[in-house]
Amino acid sequence: MTGFVEHLPILTIVIPLFSAFTILVAGWFNKKSCIFIFWLTLTAQFIMSFIILRRVLIHGPIHYWLGGWKPPWGIELVVDSLNAYILIILLFLSLACAIYSKSNIEHELPGKRVSFYTLFQLLIAGLCGVTLTGDIFNMFVFIEIFSISAYALIAARGKIALKASFTYLILGSIGTCFFILGIGCLYSVTGSLNIHDLSLLLPPFYGNKVVKAAFVFFIVGLSIKMALFPFHTWLPDAHAFAPAEISAMLSGIMIEISTYAFIRVSFSVFTLEFLKLLPVFDILCWVAVAAILMGSVMAITQVNLKRMLAYSSVANMGYIMLAVGISLSAVESPWGGLNPALMHIANHALMKGCLFLAAGAFIYKANLWHITEFRGLARKMPYTCAAFVLAAISMIGIPPSAGFVSKLYIILASIEIKNYFFVAVLLISSLLNLVYFWRVIETMYMKHEEGGHSSHGSHGMREEIPLGMLIPILLLSSLCIVMGIVWLGKIPIPILDQVNLMFGLGKVP
Amino acid sequence: MILTVESIKPALALACPLIAALLILLSNRRPNLRESWTLIAGLFQFAIILSMAPMILRAQTIEYTLLTGMLPGINFGFKVDAFGLMFAMTSSFLWIIVSIFSIGYMRALQEHAQTRYYFCFALAIFGAVGVALSGNLITMYVFYEILTISTYPLVVHEESPEALFAGRKYLAYLLTSGVFLLAAIALDYSVSGTTDFNPGGHLTLASASRPFLMILFLLFLLGFMKAAYIPCHSWLPTAMVAPTPVSALLHAVAVVKAGVFGIVRIVCYVYGTDTMGELGLGVMLASFAAVTMIGASLFAIAQDNLKKRLAYSTISQLSYIIFGVALLSPMGVTGAMIHIPLHGFMKITLFLCAGSILVASGKKNISEMAGIGRRMPVTMFAFTVGAFGMCGMPATAGFISKWFLGLGALQNGNLIFLAVLLISSLLDVVYFFPIVYTAFFGNAEGMDSNWKGSKRIKEAPLFMIIPLSITALFSIIFYFPNPVSEALLHMANLALSH
Repeated sequence: MTGFVEHLPILTIVIPLFSAFTILVAGWFNKKSCIFIFWLTLTAQFIMSFIILRRVLIHGPIHYWLGGWKPPWGIELVVDSLNAYILIILLFLSLACAIYSKSNIEHELPGKRVSFYTLFQLLIAGLCGVTLTGDIFNMFVFIEIFSISAYALIAARGKIALKASFTYLILGSIGTCFFILGIGCLYSVTGSLNIHDLSLLLPPFYGNKVVKAAFVFFIVGLSIKMALFPFHTWLPDAHAFAPAEISAMLSGIMIEISTYAFIRVSFSVFTLEFLKLLPVFDILCWVAVAAILMGSVMAITQVNLKRMLAYSSVANMGYIMLAVGISLSAVESPWGGLNPALMHIANHALMKGCLFLAAGAFIYKANLWHITEFRGLARKMPYTCAAFVLAAISMIGIPPSAGFVSKLYIILASIEIKNYFFVAVLLISSLLNLVYFWRVIETMYMKHEEGGHSSHGSHGMREEIPLGMLIPILLLSSLCIVMGIVWLGKIPIPILDQVNLMFGLGKVP
Repeated sequence: MILTVESIKPALALACPLIAALLILLSNRRPNLRESWTLIAGLFQFAIILSMAPMILRAQTIEYTLLTGMLPGINFGFKVDAFGLMFAMTSSFLWIIVSIFSIGYMRALQEHAQTRYYFCFALAIFGAVGVALSGNLITMYVFYEILTISTYPLVVHEESPEALFAGRKYLAYLLTSGVFLLAAIALDYSVSGTTDFNPGGHLTLASASRPFLMILFLLFLLGFMKAAYIPCHSWLPTAMVAPTPVSALLHAVAVVKAGVFGIVRIVCYVYGTDTMGELGLGVMLASFAAVTMIGASLFAIAQDNLKKRLAYSTISQLSYIIFGVALLSPMGVTGAMIHIPLHGFMKITLFLCAGSILVASGKKNISEMAGIGRRMPVTMFAFTVGAFGMCGMPATAGFISKWFLGLGALQNGNLIFLAVLLISSLLDVVYFFPIVYTAFFGNAEGMDSNWKGSKRIKEAPLFMIIPLSITALFSIIFYFPNPVSEALLHMANLALSH
């Protein structure tokens, strides 16, 4: 059995890769088959990700050598508690989006089902690859795979989406260029591409300017990919004009995967010692603070719901990067080290996934894009609106939701490093969140449709979305609350503690 | 020595309104079933809470932990002590009363969105009782925020632009205050490593520097903006646009009471009266409260809208409670603690009366109510009882708390505080007495001529009359020696014993 589990990481990448082409071919003959192949693949991956996590937690990291070639010559897949954890979030959200897409895609992209699912499957393959690989060049390749699928998927709606996709294409390519420049620099110094190998070879060169430059290249490149302020300019349009499930994937997991890549590069390729040489993480904190404030303020000015959510994502990337930034200095368990950052990655995936899918539902049912058009929507779509409210409450950080817990942890970590300014920023930003989310909720629930007002107590005109779309939304929204309680019960904390232990963060026992 | 007993009862008491909320949603289409869920849950909850009373009276505390080790040193759990139980009993009992009244009110006015109304009402009670039974600040914060969010739909129930404005103001004030509270809790936790409520407090001068402790207290005070002290009071009169039972909930049962409850918790159980005294915070808080007591009474005199006048009266009365704890003397704290239930009963009577006047006659302003006492004798008699209670007249419950507050001021040795108390009581008379006088002895002819052709004003439906008579009766009963009021006093004494 153990032998089989060893092979799961590669299967998680290869199965979707093959499945993508199978969808393309099968779709030729029978368009309806696409979705089932897609679902089947994702379900299988999701189950595998759990087996991988269990194995990693019990027996420690899995090292898989591709083709039996020993690293550093061959490509290696390394699964430790960090990427096993990210993989579950990734596949869970993908599964939710996949279930949602069945009805939505027929509506949003009529006649493009086959190519959509092919690309979606490729996107997931790329994301899984980035997550699982133990080789930095390999990581670059997978980043390109998922980015290219994403460019195409964003452009799928045509018209203005083409422009959004093009902006992302240009900026995203610049980002990956920086990333590969970084890889080049490291290769020129060490002659290795394997992450573990690099971490062993690099320490003598920590004073080397090329190595420092490489780190900066990585930061800049990944900051663009994760839409960290001020490199966020591609994000609002891309989020707003992509199909709903792609927006959810973009905001919920793709930019988080770039954060994961950043964490991996900072802590696994470079090490804690190197990070302590440079004040990079301190600067990062301040950039993140700017992102939080700017993202929230910009979100308030939006009238397009999806754009508003997109700016909210910019702010939330700020949260995550702030948490990463203070991870070096905050040590107390449970908020020390990377805990709050990883926690918010999961929470943000749930919340934003839910919000974007709900926003997509409004477009699906009534072609509603703008917040002002949502008058009286809660009467027509009670379940979707209720889900939206739950996720919004979680975004604002009202207890006992998931968002509250991550906010609390970041605040406690900021207090531990005695930076009260960060505390103030986090608190102010939750008020700003309140402003822009409550505006939507108020319009949905408390304002009546023009003309058709005084329809007190009428239940007649329900126009709820199909069950296939409703279930993922309700599932994600209830998880926004349930996860809050789960986090408070500290059930997943042991996984995060292992991550901290691995990187030498947190309290040394 | 206080014995601690492990019992699931606090969790069960909280489960009642939560389950009721779900059942209410499910029985959307069947009003009778929906309302009976509320009543059944209310009765169950009250029974469960009441069953904890004997243990508390034996000087035990009840603890129950839901999540262990939420943060190091903090469990998500409940700790029922005498003070918490007093608040929980008040809220859960008055929930039943308000629910009965709501049935009459909402049906008489044929209000819309009644399912949402009862659902949010149950959630609000869930929040309020949760606040009462919480064992530490973080648990309390969770319920405190649930209370804020769940009462928002009630405040904007009317969905008119005015109501929307009130709702925004309500959220803007209360969620901002929630942010301050969270900051305060996090800071408290970072210096003391715990947020548990202990009689005598867990913060001492040794925990942090003086300025830090004083700023922290200010943050806590801002955090409990629900207590509606001046200058953070203006959300409360604005929120009067809500249906009257909601106002009763805000004023007597849940929201503002949760605010003052929190302040009492901070003063007596987080800082402790000794530390408060050493920091000089008692005098500061008392001055704050004194300004509110007198200022709000002056505002109240200027109001013609009955509900607005009652709202300012609440602001003033809440500060009696803050004032009482700020005296830091045992009698003062006792007075403050028993004023929470006593004020609850009296204020709910007044609001229910205002509601039944609205339903029966459609009148909102005091100047239009001349002679209404002769048309609605029961309602106005109950109103008189409540109003006299507010003024602290003998033979009403209000006298007891004022008596203790006065003794507390004497114990504190500061005669200015006693003078403040007396002036404020006098002002209470100034704004309540005219209402009673107008209602009974005003010229009723204007009233009849106004309503010529329409039906004559008569008493409101029984669903509304019975609850307000019950609470009025209680407002009198509490004055006379009987097991209930003795138990209350005993609890207030126990609440501070180490």
